[in-house]
Amino acid sequence: MALPFSLLAAAPSRLISLAGIDIAIIAIYFLAVLAIGFYLKGQSGTGEDFFLAGREMTAWIAGLSFLSANLGSLELMGWAASAYQYGILATHWYWIGAIPAMLFLGLVMMPFYYISKTHSVPGYLKLRFGEDSRLLSAVSFGFMTVLMSGINMYSMALVMKVVLGWDINFSIWVSSLTVAVYVALGGLRSAIFNEVLQFVLIWLGALLIPILGLVEAGGWSGLQARIAQNLGSMGGYTHLWGTLGNFKDNPMGIHWTGIVLGLGWVISFGYWTTDFLVVQRVLAAKDLRAAKMAPIIGSAFKMAVPFIVILPGLLGLALLPMKLVGEGDAVAMGGHSYNEVLPLMLARYCGPGLLGLGITALIAGFMSGMAGNVSAFTTVWTYDIYRAVIKKDASDAHYVSMGRWTTVLGVLVSIGTAYLVMQFSSIMDYVQALFSFFIAPLFGTVLLGMLWKRATRAGGFWGLLSGTVASVAMWAWVKADPSALAIVALSTDAKAMAENMYRALWSWLTCVIVTVVVSYLTRPKPETELVGLVYGCTEVPSEGHLKIYQRPAFWAAVVAVVFVILQILFW
Amino acid sequence: MEHDKTISVWFFIGALLLVYGVLILAYGAMHMGAPTPGVVLGELHVDTWWGALLLVIGGFYTFAFRPGKG
Repeated sequence: MALPFSLLAAAPSRLISLAGIDIAIIAIYFLAVLAIGFYLKGQSGTGEDFFLAGREMTAWIAGLSFLSANLGSLELMGWAASAYQYGILATHWYWIGAIPAMLFLGLVMMPFYYISKTHSVPGYLKLRFGEDSRLLSAVSFGFMTVLMSGINMYSMALVMKVVLGWDINFSIWVSSLTVAVYVALGGLRSAIFNEVLQFVLIWLGALLIPILGLVEAGGWSGLQARIAQNLGSMGGYTHLWGTLGNFKDNPMGIHWTGIVLGLGWVISFGYWTTDFLVVQRVLAAKDLRAAKMAPIIGSAFKMAVPFIVILPGLLGLALLPMKLVGEGDAVAMGGHSYNEVLPLMLARYCGPGLLGLGITALIAGFMSGMAGNVSAFTTVWTYDIYRAVIKKDASDAHYVSMGRWTTVLGVLVSIGTAYLVMQFSSIMDYVQALFSFFIAPLFGTVLLGMLWKRATRAGGFWGLLSGTVASVAMWAWVKADPSALAIVALSTDAKAMAENMYRALWSWLTCVIVTVVVSYLTRPKPETELVGLVYGCTEVPSEGHLKIYQRPAFWAAVVAVVFVILQILFW
Repeated sequence: MEHDKTISVWFFIGALLLVYGVLILAYGAMHMGAPTPGVVLGELHVDTWWGALLLVIGGFYTFAFRPGKG
């Protein structure tokens, strides 16, 4: 592939300058991911192959891919920035905001997703609640996925412009079309192969920052001492739970109830157990045991991610000679913003060669997230919208062809969204809230659908719809009348993140209550129609014949113990 | 894991790391004479050691998961 590398050198100003070896490393990465796509092209001929990677993945491959699809580069840079801004509190999004939900997915929910043989989460809703719930969920997921993909694309291009001086159009088109080519050619198998590759690159490219940072800072105690010296007595920067007793005591302006109930319960469980972007990877597992193990393996690695994301942010707080500021102030005053902390730390320790590897890690992160969005969108569009509504009786080959074209089209629409965001940047302020509108109620619907056989078709649909409407209404209420924050988020001191946590909690509760009430008012499905879909009606294969170390529950317990120890260590 | 005749993903990963290891190790070795300019802890010559690590990991995976291995 002939990359127009002259463009890379054309920028007027940049944070980092790349040497020839760095550009070679980046170019080799692009060649490698495309080569994988071309190689796997011949193995994506059927719908099962293209959309579910043939359901042949081992637990390790599915587990690493599951995590990699979540590890977009904005995730890396964004949470490093949050760690600089809010301190170690950002770790909650990796620990309590992920680990319990991932273990729950593996042990409790995966059997129903897997045994039902659904292609997607909306597909499960079709089997459990009927066509109307599926359509509502599929349309909202498709819309949000493409929007998020475009916004991530634009944000990444913006970062590449600031950090490397790359032209925004160049970043958007080259990265996106590369993803489009390898996913369209090899389907989910190609996306998963590349995600595992990208996962390894992300770690090997970013791992040097915390290692060298801790050497420079004098270990964890040295890091704490420097932060205390730089910021005074703000203990909230290095303690996970100790300052969450009051909204005013910590830099995030949040209370522990918001973290535990809003983040740890609703948002986390909603994202990790119902967002098809990640669940799709686990559905590709080769058998039920692999499907249960995959999220558990992913959770073990997720628990380690703060080492390469949060720690660099904290190290920036302790070691960088300049003070980083918000994006607006950085533009106005010409300084560096929080969002640049990871690239700044990369440039601090990495010379030519390693710098190329680090930038490759960021690009790999972006592409793994984008491929996740695109492959999930393609499946939901093809199976849950196109086949369900537009063309019901086409051949398998027709749907595979539709999947390939949808991949390309999805990327092009995402690119269009990226340019739309470029014109109306305020869209970005709202998108996180928009995304949360759908996730929290969906979790209520899927959870009740799997665990409560009395839930009815009408209950599922009206619960999902009312939860979504309630979330939108609360958001609009606070926008129109900021004093409503005291009601929605329980305190006028609550900040944006805290508001998101509580809004998610209330919308989930709305969904659950409406689902329960409507279900009791309507007639349930006979139990014979719930086999394979609901707890109590489904026989989950026993694991009694397995040795203890082969059982998913054993490894989930190991992860849970480590999780608890980490909370205590960093209390 | 995948189709019986599919080359393992670990082979692709190994091959890429092997190439990166060779490039970064060679660059680091060529500049061992002085601390890496412009970076903190440049005297540690991290590029050389990291390049060697990538080379070893990449070499192992490339060999262990090479195509055609029974």
